[in-house]
Amino acid sequence: MTEMNIVEAINSTLAAEMEREERIILLGQDIGRVGGVFRVTEGLFERFGAARVVDMPLAEGAIIGSSVGLAVSGLIPIPELQFLGFGSQAFHQIEGQVARMRFRSQGRYAMPMVIRAPFGGGVRTPEMHSDAHEARYAHVPGLKVVAPATAADAKGLLTTAIRDEDPVLFLEPLGGYRLQRDDVPEGEHTVPFGQVRRVREGSDITLIAWSTAVRVALHAADLAAEEGISCAVIDVRTLVPLDEVGLAEAVGRTGRALIVHEAPYSGGFGAEVAATVQQEAFWTLQAPIRRVTAYDTPYPIASIEQLYIPSAERVLEGIRLGIGEA
Amino acid sequence: MSLVEAGPEQPHTILAPDGTVPTGYESPLDDAALLYAYRLMKLTRVFDTRAFNLQRQGRLGTFSQVTGQEASVVGSALALEPARDWVVPQYRELPAMLHMGYTLTRALLYFRGNPAGNAMPERVNLMPIQISLGTQVPHAVGLAWGLAHQGSDAVVMTYFGDGTSSEGDIHEAMNLAGVRRAPVVFVLQNNGWAISTPVSSQTAASTFASRAAGYGFPGELVDGNDFFAVHEACARAVARAREGAGPTLIESRAYRLGAHNTADDPTRYVDETVEAERWKLDPLLRMQRYMVARGLLDENTEAALDAELTAEMEAAVVEAEAYPPPHVGQIFDHVYASEPPRVARQRRAAEAGAGGGDD
Repeated sequence: MTEMNIVEAINSTLAAEMEREERIILLGQDIGRVGGVFRVTEGLFERFGAARVVDMPLAEGAIIGSSVGLAVSGLIPIPELQFLGFGSQAFHQIEGQVARMRFRSQGRYAMPMVIRAPFGGGVRTPEMHSDAHEARYAHVPGLKVVAPATAADAKGLLTTAIRDEDPVLFLEPLGGYRLQRDDVPEGEHTVPFGQVRRVREGSDITLIAWSTAVRVALHAADLAAEEGISCAVIDVRTLVPLDEVGLAEAVGRTGRALIVHEAPYSGGFGAEVAATVQQEAFWTLQAPIRRVTAYDTPYPIASIEQLYIPSAERVLEGIRLGIGEA
Repeated sequence: MSLVEAGPEQPHTILAPDGTVPTGYESPLDDAALLYAYRLMKLTRVFDTRAFNLQRQGRLGTFSQVTGQEASVVGSALALEPARDWVVPQYRELPAMLHMGYTLTRALLYFRGNPAGNAMPERVNLMPIQISLGTQVPHAVGLAWGLAHQGSDAVVMTYFGDGTSSEGDIHEAMNLAGVRRAPVVFVLQNNGWAISTPVSSQTAASTFASRAAGYGFPGELVDGNDFFAVHEACARAVARAREGAGPTLIESRAYRLGAHNTADDPTRYVDETVEAERWKLDPLLRMQRYMVARGLLDENTEAALDAELTAEMEAAVVEAEAYPPPHVGQIFDHVYASEPPRVARQRRAAEAGAGGGDD
């Protein structure tokens, strides 16, 4: 085991995979000489050269669109969107092209690419950077959507994503990039898609989250414990494919569920999780499934973002309401 | 209503409407290649006519004719070597696709709504037809860049139109191609119309070719009704790309003699007299006159060719109509390499004809 933060885990995984597989090519804005605005690709330009770590023109559509062609040529592109908030300018390529090229070409052109993108808020970026847009991508058939919360999972899920023949949107927790250091297995480490992580066991209510929201849920679980409420915490890890069985079992163990996410409430991926849980675990439920999320408002400017993103205190209030019901 | 707006820059022309070429002009293509080109142009016209009738009979879905752009598409595509180079098409480039190894049967299947129409056989260097306009152009740039990255000397040719030129993807792709000196040839077929919208509503510039300067590579304006002018410019562009000199933009100024597609009614926006004038510039007629003058074609060989192409088309119609209809499993096939469990469950339910609706 080595202690790493998430940035270090992603960086070393990219390096190891590029060492293993020559067909991998990284492309994005500022990923080369400067090593990425968050330094996630630091040192890779020097190590693998300008032909494999490519500083791109400032154009999200061309970064993803050219990745389609790179994949058709036989390469494994790993494009970076500097912020998922700007992914809208590439969405037509991701949704219309990347995700369905395999289908449209009847299997001839697989898209074995990994689109890396930091997402979510909490680091006081200027406007438009921080939106948690995961739901719109989870709604795209043909695309897998992965959102690790720990450094170990960042390594394991990124390795799996790179080796997966399907296109994967790999969402990196912007707010959690350097928040904590975890033990990361050395050498080969893969985490299969479609398996939730049981972060903490508990008996009264199951908190379900992904990415940075897992930390918020854990914090809320600590606060709840002080009130004598025992919370289980589940990390969804991969939105697509979704571990329906793992979610149902986790909720079944407590009979209550509360979903936490950074995205707005309506149409958020929490709604999908809630619908799945009620269908798969309806007879174990003792109370309605609750959601604590951002509001149905645009992501606000930095000085008030902490009032927008679900806090541990708001989650605690949700836990109290959930426990009080039924 | 007006003709295609001709700017102060006149397109480069070699083959005049009467089928003559300037004194001393020697075709770079030999007789066999010219016959191949003419055959492909004519086959396209045969397809358009027959497929239009099939569509009206309810035997084919919506499709777009190439009519009026045969010289533009065939002249450009013949600058490529099918075994080595690539075509990234839009949707009005049937003969370029045929040149690369696509078949009439697959084209018919595509327009019949059969998924097999987009299945390119291995070693056919073609991407699927593109419907989301402009998105194919960055694909072409990435493909060209990726092939060069792997040491290939292949060239990628991609097609789009005057309407699509307004899409943001075109700017992003051409800019990237310039930056990366990608071995790509952009063939912008200016056919005068984007459905009902004339070129004057797409751009205030007098040519599209002039855009290339802004991206740091050459642009050429050619007469899209002239097989030789298009071919010469594209062959030069392919040679440049192959030797590592980067991209070229070719504006092939043709004219859409048909409708946008079989659902369109151009009589609502195209002046009849204009249409009649444009037919006098028909690229196929122009090429035919040249072929006759060169001694490669006469009434007998033309009639024999007509019969041959009609038979070829009929054989494709028979084959396409006899093709097994798609089944429900094909809604799921090839979406994922590894199918998520809930999609697998949906597939099982669909294949079993189950109702329900929960998943």
